[in-house]
Amino acid sequence: MELWFTEPHTDTAKFSIKVKKQLFSTQSEFQRIDVFDSEEFGVFLAIDGLMMVTQKDEFIYHDMIVHVPLAANPDIKNVLLIGAGDGGSVRELTRYDTIEHIDMVEIDKAVVDASREYLPFLAGKLDDKRVSIHYADGLKFVRTKQDEYDLIIVDSTDPFGPGEGLFTKEFYGNCYNALTKDGILVNQHESPYYEEDAAHMKRAHKRINEFFPICKVYQAHIPTYPSGHWLFGFASKSIDPIADLDADAWNALGLKTKYYNTDLHVGCFALPNYVLEMLKEARDE
Amino acid sequence: MERTYIDKQMDNDFIKRQQHAPLGDALKAYQSRRVVPFDVPGHKQGKGSRQLKAFFGEQAMGLDVNSSKPLDNLCHPISVIKQSEALAADAFGCDAAFFMVNGTTSCVQAMIMSSLREGDKIIMPRNVHRSAINAVILCGAVPIYVNPGIHEKLGISLGMSLFDVQAAIKKHPDAKAVFVNNPTYYGVCPDIEGIVDAAHKHGMLVLADEAHGTHFYFNEKLPVAAMHAGADMSAVSMHKTGGSLTQSSMLLVNSERVSIDHMRTIINLTQTTSASYLLLGSLDIARRELALHGKQTFEKVLELAEYARAEINVIGGYYAFSSEIAGHEAVHDFDRTKLSINTFALGLAGFEVYDILRDEYEIQIEFGDVANFLAIISVGDTHLAIERLVASLAQIGRQAKGHKQDMFDHEYISPIVKATPKQAFYGKQEKVLLEDAVGRVSAEFVTCYPPGIPVVAPGEVVTAEIVEYIHYAKDKGAMLTGAQDMDLTHINVLEGE
Repeated sequence: MELWFTEPHTDTAKFSIKVKKQLFSTQSEFQRIDVFDSEEFGVFLAIDGLMMVTQKDEFIYHDMIVHVPLAANPDIKNVLLIGAGDGGSVRELTRYDTIEHIDMVEIDKAVVDASREYLPFLAGKLDDKRVSIHYADGLKFVRTKQDEYDLIIVDSTDPFGPGEGLFTKEFYGNCYNALTKDGILVNQHESPYYEEDAAHMKRAHKRINEFFPICKVYQAHIPTYPSGHWLFGFASKSIDPIADLDADAWNALGLKTKYYNTDLHVGCFALPNYVLEMLKEARDE
Repeated sequence: MERTYIDKQMDNDFIKRQQHAPLGDALKAYQSRRVVPFDVPGHKQGKGSRQLKAFFGEQAMGLDVNSSKPLDNLCHPISVIKQSEALAADAFGCDAAFFMVNGTTSCVQAMIMSSLREGDKIIMPRNVHRSAINAVILCGAVPIYVNPGIHEKLGISLGMSLFDVQAAIKKHPDAKAVFVNNPTYYGVCPDIEGIVDAAHKHGMLVLADEAHGTHFYFNEKLPVAAMHAGADMSAVSMHKTGGSLTQSSMLLVNSERVSIDHMRTIINLTQTTSASYLLLGSLDIARRELALHGKQTFEKVLELAEYARAEINVIGGYYAFSSEIAGHEAVHDFDRTKLSINTFALGLAGFEVYDILRDEYEIQIEFGDVANFLAIISVGDTHLAIERLVASLAQIGRQAKGHKQDMFDHEYISPIVKATPKQAFYGKQEKVLLEDAVGRVSAEFVTCYPPGIPVVAPGEVVTAEIVEYIHYAKDKGAMLTGAQDMDLTHINVLEGE
């Protein structure tokens, strides 16, 4: 018997992982949640049939979504995490003693429960005393906040289904309002490669650019995401991710990371020409 | 009074009857017989147009069939359409129901044309949908306008006070009918029970435009429905809040004062003889859904609307009004499923918020006017969608701050009537510049669409205030329809008046 998890990356291209065993499956109020075990990628979580996170390559995503903004501004104290129900982003954030509080806003408690049970390597820091978990719609949560967070990380699903509201103009506008004067917004920014993902990527960039004076994009290689080429957005009111980087200060923290380093920090903002062109098109639209 | 009808919908016999969808079932059976069509439509269940089939899907194309013995005929229903219409009447709690495929406009026309002849008077509020005045033009009736009342703070027209309707009845005892909006676009309801009582005492029919009131029939927390209040006819837009396909509607009738067979004859004067089975089938299936689950559905709709209102009222600048406006004499009740929002304190016109939501936030709302806009909350809405609307309004509000500007403070202008709509519509006319039309009698409509309530109707004097309003609305990007000059720089007026 062969059991495979297959995710369509486009209508005509698919990505498959051979499954050892299905560990968990549920239909929550919002989405279908599955956890599998595999030889190649270890335990992995899929939502609505789409790969969210795997044991083997999750370090890339979580390193890049957390350490880039924290190295750009070591004074970050108050963090709002939107989505991030698997706990991986919290795990990385709690490594910084300088962070005083983290509000994590996940719409679906079932994701957090599944992660605590089957992905403890991600969820292990969810009980850190600096973390408050809110089960709520991120869009709703953020619109009630003003001048409160030094960093907002949008660690969401794709822009369809429950995550849709997190790619909208109203969301970015409300995030801007919720950030302090040196606030930074980092978001998972979809992929530039496949046409449909690229369209979402461009729209997100256009909308973020309407609010933030500094609006950059950086990249990472994530093997299990469509095309493997994934982007993150870095938007801020005042801080430039490269000019304001104090590499020595970050290295002095002595944090051991598997993917991120301060040279890569500078390098990941260098983008391929076709991506630069897409971003320019989005801004000029 | 008749609120007991909605309780009756809970009884077992009712539920058992309403589980059937005779027309829906007949369409299914027809499809499974794999009939070879040598009749119209010529696409032959989609086989003739690969593109249409790919676009709409095989199921939709296969259901687009012609009337025939197993599927009955809308012009002369004797089998499955007749049964489906009877179930609809049962579901809505009235004596008869007609399926209509040319929108609620055709229902309004049938109500007016079956009740009135040339020269007959009809008492109506002036804030009717233009379809009502169109019908008055067609049959040559004389409208007796009742001031609907204006809410000073919101600048919106209301639902007529019972006192004003009684006064009009006393002054025009020869009128044949009273026409009411139940509710208005904004959700304002008149005292329909009081109006029915007054009208029937004087031998007048009560015709209700319930284009925005389909849901009243299925939840007792909502205002009373016209048929349950004893009105004689009602036009309900099943497609607006009832869940059927666009353009499908129902005409409901209580038969004590109305001949059902005469109604059918009037309907057939203008109704197509090739009624769409997609529309008819959607009426039958949506009716079943409403009868079986309407109560819970509108419970949820109410909850969503109440939630949205509370959140929007916290933002500042917006006033999402509700039943508290029922203190006004021309507001008997308010439909709390309507999310009507006043923008006066925001410094943006309702039209402007309407445009910003669509152009910048990908949110389409129902309409905006000078100082209000309306979001329809219905069967298909979710909490996530409501959150997007609320968050967008918060963002728009933040950006609008300090944006105070000259605002028009009301959307309703009382008409000065010089001729009947028919006399003016068919009278000798000339085309003049809008500015030069002040003091002249208009021969045509000017209507902001939506909401579709005429700013000026045929037979009414064009005033300086009307011209100013038209310029303001044009300037704010409202769509002004009705006049022959699509740009509305000119207007047709009566010669020599």
